Amino acid sequence: MSSELLPYTVKPHPVTGVYSGKLGVWLFLASEVMLFGAFFSAYILLKVGAPLEGPAHWPLHSERHMSWMIGGFNTLVLIISSVTMVMAWVSLKSGNFGKARMLLGATVALAVLFLVIKITMEYIPHWRDGLTTNTSNFWGIYYTMTGLHGVHILGGIVVISYFIGPGSKLWHENPEYYTNRIECTGLYWHFVDLVWIFLFPTLYLMS
Amino acid sequence: MSGEHHKELGFFRKYVFSVDHKVIGIQYGITALCFLFFGFCLIMMIRWQLAYPGEPMPLIGGLLERLMGAKWAEEFMPGGRMTPDFYNALGAMHGTIMIFLGVVPLLVGAFGNYVMPLQIGAPDMAFPKINMASYWCFAAGGVIMLSSFLVPGGAANSGWTSYPPLSAIAQPPAAGWPILFSGQTLWLVGMVALITSSLLGSVNFIVTIIQLRVKGLTMFRLPFFVWAQFVTSFLLLLAFPPLEAAGVLQLMDRVAGTSFFLPEGLVVSGQVAMVQGREIAGGGNPLLWQHLFWFLAHPEVYVLILPAMGIVAEIIANNTRKPLWGYRALVYSTVFLGFMSFIVWAHHMFMTGMGTSISAFFATTTMIISIPSVIILTALIISLYNGAIRFTTPMLFALAFLPMFAIGGLTGLPLGLPVSDIPLHDTYYVIGHFHYVVAPGTILAIFGGIYYWFPKITGRKMNDTLGRLHFVFTFICMNVVFMPMFFQGLAGVSRRLFDQTQYSWGAAVQGWTITSSWGAWMLGVAQIFFFINFFWSIWGGKKVSNNPWEATTIEWSAPSPPPHGNFATEPVVYRGPYEYSVPGMSKDFFPQTAVTEA
Repeated sequence: MSSELLPYTVKPHPVTGVYSGKLGVWLFLASEVMLFGAFFSAYILLKVGAPLEGPAHWPLHSERHMSWMIGGFNTLVLIISSVTMVMAWVSLKSGNFGKARMLLGATVALAVLFLVIKITMEYIPHWRDGLTTNTSNFWGIYYTMTGLHGVHILGGIVVISYFIGPGSKLWHENPEYYTNRIECTGLYWHFVDLVWIFLFPTLYLMS
Repeated sequence: MSGEHHKELGFFRKYVFSVDHKVIGIQYGITALCFLFFGFCLIMMIRWQLAYPGEPMPLIGGLLERLMGAKWAEEFMPGGRMTPDFYNALGAMHGTIMIFLGVVPLLVGAFGNYVMPLQIGAPDMAFPKINMASYWCFAAGGVIMLSSFLVPGGAANSGWTSYPPLSAIAQPPAAGWPILFSGQTLWLVGMVALITSSLLGSVNFIVTIIQLRVKGLTMFRLPFFVWAQFVTSFLLLLAFPPLEAAGVLQLMDRVAGTSFFLPEGLVVSGQVAMVQGREIAGGGNPLLWQHLFWFLAHPEVYVLILPAMGIVAEIIANNTRKPLWGYRALVYSTVFLGFMSFIVWAHHMFMTGMGTSISAFFATTTMIISIPSVIILTALIISLYNGAIRFTTPMLFALAFLPMFAIGGLTGLPLGLPVSDIPLHDTYYVIGHFHYVVAPGTILAIFGGIYYWFPKITGRKMNDTLGRLHFVFTFICMNVVFMPMFFQGLAGVSRRLFDQTQYSWGAAVQGWTITSSWGAWMLGVAQIFFFINFFWSIWGGKKVSNNPWEATTIEWSAPSPPPHGNFATEPVVYRGPYEYSVPGMSKDFFPQTAVTEA
């Protein structure tokens, strides 16, 4: 696929100052903000409107059996993965592909660690304790929002793995293009972290 | 940059999995026209039940029984008479298909994809592969929607708005069928695919318009059609995600046992509501769905109308042979309209008892948003003044658009005020109102656009006589269909009634229902002119030059049909889009790309 590229695929546009992919990712993230914004709005409306007592009531903080330690540790995992992601991009900028590849690998490893902790230490024990999507709307929206966030993490893992593996050929053909793509992936990855940084206090800390 | 050096592609890469914006535009166009026709067939069936309730459907009843089998006929149309459930499914799917699979894909996917890159002088869309993915997501969504007709219980039948709690508990999957295989669930899954498609498309459109305009084409030299697509893309980008969220939440309600939209103590037909055989926890709020749904669906109204206005503006400027009146006012109004469309959504919800202060807020924003709409319409009408109008076939459609959209818009005003909305809401008046905007409005503009750009796409012109016949009959029939709905609505007939003659006030205006139904069937017959003209002209139409309408915008300086890569040399733009009848020139049009008067 060495066909001629469209203008501004690699080089920034002289007026807007960005290449097309970067603008595209920012627009995509704007749409993602509206998506998660709608979920957070739904969360607020459901919480405000929940019955005060009975089986469907909004569980108090003490009733949730959620450990802020696990959530906090996972927050840390994602923040570190954001750092490794941005370091990978910086390494590419300075032409060090080997180091970048290692850092991308670290990002994937941290993302997998996040999911493993989330599933084995939270989802499975909660479900066993009878805290399911059917229990109350708090648990419903908890599984929905963290699940959707998990799907985004999974998407990130797939994309970054692609750039470590088969996608890395592009580095040898057009290093600047490859670096741009890692930058776009990074923007997405930081956004996914940011969502978690909103989810964590909402679900774990607020009563 | 030009396409001279590219390899010959195989059949599949060239016509099926193509990344060329023109091929994708045509794919969108053909697919969406098929869906438009399918959605129209559904309503022609409904019109039989409405006009002659309880009588067996002639011809079609028997045909469907032979086509779908006796078992299907027994469930949905025993003896050729449709069941109330099937009637509901047809209504829900008519709305869904017409909007999400017919009109929007035509306006944005087909016209936007084909014309917009040409009008900005670009070789293709900014992300050709994403463009292809957008089409295939749309196609997948369409297939999922259609397949829902084949599962037990039939297609979604909770209305195109899918209001819970009904939609959340209706149509549980039949015994032995996987959990996803019920009409309403498939509707939700299909909708998620369509939303993904529109997300991919809108990102692509915005980036293309910002990044790929040729040299000299400043934002205020863009044809109005491109501006309309630009604002429309922002609406799609930002308004659709909340519906996606709502769709996911309703999917959870239907398959995972949550109660996001189900209140506590919900009782249906005297029994406690169950989902998946389990009692629901409750504690949810049906209004949450309505807010999320209308947060999309009001901007969606402008998605349905802005590109149509763009098409009409192009045709009017070209056929009056003078610049559009108030080009900047048109652009600013469109941008303002796009912004305002995000804060009017709850005027669809005056009936829910939101409280007078919230209703007053949304009534006020609704009155404000009518101002830019009127500015746009006024500018288009004033553009006609003193023009040397050529009554070409596309121009007939564009001219008809103006009064039709005006009727649609003005009848909307009483619906924007809570006091008059409450008696009119959920009557045929509302149906008449929004169909005047979308059917005689947008669909006439779509036909006009097809006649206008057909020579660019095929190198041939469509037949004028057939085109005029098509126009006259379509125009008359559409008014016969939709005008009676206002009278029915004002007489108090509710919009989703299976048989209005069971009420005295409905029986009193049954004559109008029958008129409207005959109008719909005649409208179907009138489309034969279009079918014949369309297919005959592809191979047998009159061959024309690259610029048969003597237009100024850039797409007409490309060959017809444009090759891969569109332009032999990169065009350069020297002036605004509508330099018609410039004083002192020998010709009455001055193309954007011409250096001097040739």
